[in-house]
Amino acid sequence: MKTGVLFKEVPATDTRVRIDASGSGIVEDDVKWEVNPYDEFALEEALRLLDAKKATEVVIVCLGPAHAEQRIRDGLARGATRAVWLKDPAYLGGDSLATARALASAVRAEGIDLLLAGKVAVDDDNAQVPAMVAELLGWAQVTFAGKLEIDGTQFKATRDVGRGARAVVEGALPAVVTCDKGMNVPRYASLPGIMKARSKPIVAKAPADLGLDPATLGKAGSQVVDTNWTLPPARPAGRVLQGETPEAVVKELVRLLREEAKVL
Amino acid sequence: MSSGILVLCDHDGGAFKSTALELIGKARELVPATGGTITALVLGHVGGDGLPADQVLAVTGPEFGTYDTGAWTAAMAAAIAKADPALVLATASVLTKDFMPRVAARLGLGLATEVVGLEVRDGAVVGRRPVYAGKAIFDVTVTSVPALFTVRPNSFPVPAAGGSPPVTALDVAIGPNDRLTRVVETLAPQNTTVDLTEASVIVSGGRAVKSAEGFDTLIRPLAAAFGAAVGSSRASVDAGYAPQSEQVGQTGKTVNPSLYVAMGISGAIQHLAGMRTSKVIVAVNKDPEAPIFQFATYGIVDDIFTIGPLLAEEVKAALAR
Ligand SMILES: Cc1cc2nc3c(=O)[nH]c(=O)nc-3n(C[C@H](O)[C@H](O)[C@H](O)COP(=O)(O)OP(=O)(O)OC[C@H]3O[C@@H](n4cnc5c(N)ncnc54)[C@H](O)[C@@H]3O)c2cc1C
Ligand SMILES: Nc1ncnc2c1ncn2[C@@H]1O[C@H](COP(=O)(O)O)[C@@H](O)[C@H]1O
Repeated sequence: MKTGVLFKEVPATDTRVRIDASGSGIVEDDVKWEVNPYDEFALEEALRLLDAKKATEVVIVCLGPAHAEQRIRDGLARGATRAVWLKDPAYLGGDSLATARALASAVRAEGIDLLLAGKVAVDDDNAQVPAMVAELLGWAQVTFAGKLEIDGTQFKATRDVGRGARAVVEGALPAVVTCDKGMNVPRYASLPGIMKARSKPIVAKAPADLGLDPATLGKAGSQVVDTNWTLPPARPAGRVLQGETPEAVVKELVRLLREEAKVL
Repeated sequence: MSSGILVLCDHDGGAFKSTALELIGKARELVPATGGTITALVLGHVGGDGLPADQVLAVTGPEFGTYDTGAWTAAMAAAIAKADPALVLATASVLTKDFMPRVAARLGLGLATEVVGLEVRDGAVVGRRPVYAGKAIFDVTVTSVPALFTVRPNSFPVPAAGGSPPVTALDVAIGPNDRLTRVVETLAPQNTTVDLTEASVIVSGGRAVKSAEGFDTLIRPLAAAFGAAVGSSRASVDAGYAPQSEQVGQTGKTVNPSLYVAMGISGAIQHLAGMRTSKVIVAVNKDPEAPIFQFATYGIVDDIFTIGPLLAEEVKAALAR
């Protein structure tokens, strides 16, 4: 079973966001990049299948700019076999469907049977791309999975269905599964792993390699358009409540919640 | 020409949720711009009593008992074909995040998820969308027809329920491509029954709660007093005090309640990421320097084990009045 892992590069979660002067996005100058935290669960799940000899290889598939290479190398250092990198500028700046179109073509070309991804990217917070890939390929999908078992060509996954409830879903490969926190504990790269990663192949694919028309990719191929980026409206300064006794403070809080904030 | 608005209306065994009314209320405001009428889409129930929509498309059948990816994708695609709307609205949830992207890919449409605002500007529908965990916000337009949007719960006022719009049954052909998975079991919630992402009041406990028993004796009773859902910080989840499903934050749930009560939570940026859009934030923390106080509407500098029980009593008394 060939296992693919979708890898997206995102700004570190503690990044201080600044908006560029034209309001078209964030200033990336001093952004520290990381792989999307949920993609780490996807990679770990794939590596466990490799360790268990259920996966024959683990292929990282990444659509991203030049600095994404470090994230791909890191995934290889943790144990992925090789990587496919969609790094042509034509791919960049796309909406979810344009991105999914490119990724689906790469996944099809690699003959992947199981594609693991993060449940959501913490930068755009979309949770769209993997399910779009599944639809474009005509594959089964389980999103928000906290548990995955593979038995031959059958899979069984437990997913979040809201309100704390979960559902057990079955189907046959090929499939896309998106990974939630709690699925596993991602491993770190070992020193030998880091050394080995240097010689592992990262193959770049241009749109023409995948038979894709650049007009359907990236910004040109997008139907979801973002403009007018701003910082969120500032919250009015908070108020620390004072009182003679804890009882008095609590009484005052409940009064404010009722009479001032009107949320009780 | 495509016109009007198709609204997916969530319900619990036929009882429509406030999120359904919230979307129809918004649709009423937007419909002059899209022309046409408001069609409510109801899956797994025949009826639309209480929905202030113009008509209802209802889909029933064995596939619509519990959530099923393929069936819901097929139903939404069929409803779009039938209603031919200019705009489709659904509530953002783990379920719409599962099948709406499939619908968008199947029909080649643009989808904007988790908007917190929608308005008409120069004749076009524009969404407001927080990104980078709420650290930035932008305008989003969808150029496809129809445009697909999902809306974060509690973003708009909820109109009164009312009306009994005419109901048409919609036949949905569920083909082999929509039968790729089957649900074999549903596991009941460990604790919460109110969905955190939809809850209008949330009481959350941090590392300071110290144990799962602390959640059971301090946080859950306080939440019950408020009629609130229970949330937690990642520190509480990692320490095993609370289940993963209750984690709020960057790697947990994004919530949008009218009241968020943070008990013994320091207010790390990754926690704020999940709850910063809360309308009112209450923080109880014994450290006056805790970052949460910069965001809290009302703060109390004290021990949660002192304040928690007092607050539960006071809230119960206030709500009984
Ligand atoms: C990639 C990444 C993702 C993350 N995702 C999340 C996420 O989704 N959600 C999340 O919450 N965190 C997340 N974190 C972790 C986050 O950085 C913090 O470590 C975490 O939020 C801290 O939880 P806490 O506030 O409960 O604990 P602490 O930071 O330890 O705070 C405990 C607070 O309780 C106070 N306190 C202690 N005892 C008492 C008492 N008896 N009475 C009153 N107050 C008391 C202390 O003064 C302190 O402020 C993430 C981190 C990373 C790196
Ligand atoms: N540019 C990309 N390259 C590779 N994988 C991606 C890309 N964008 C999204 N994904 C995958 O899809 C998941 C969800 O992303 P999103 O739909 O953007 O929230 C991510 O966690 C990744 O696994």
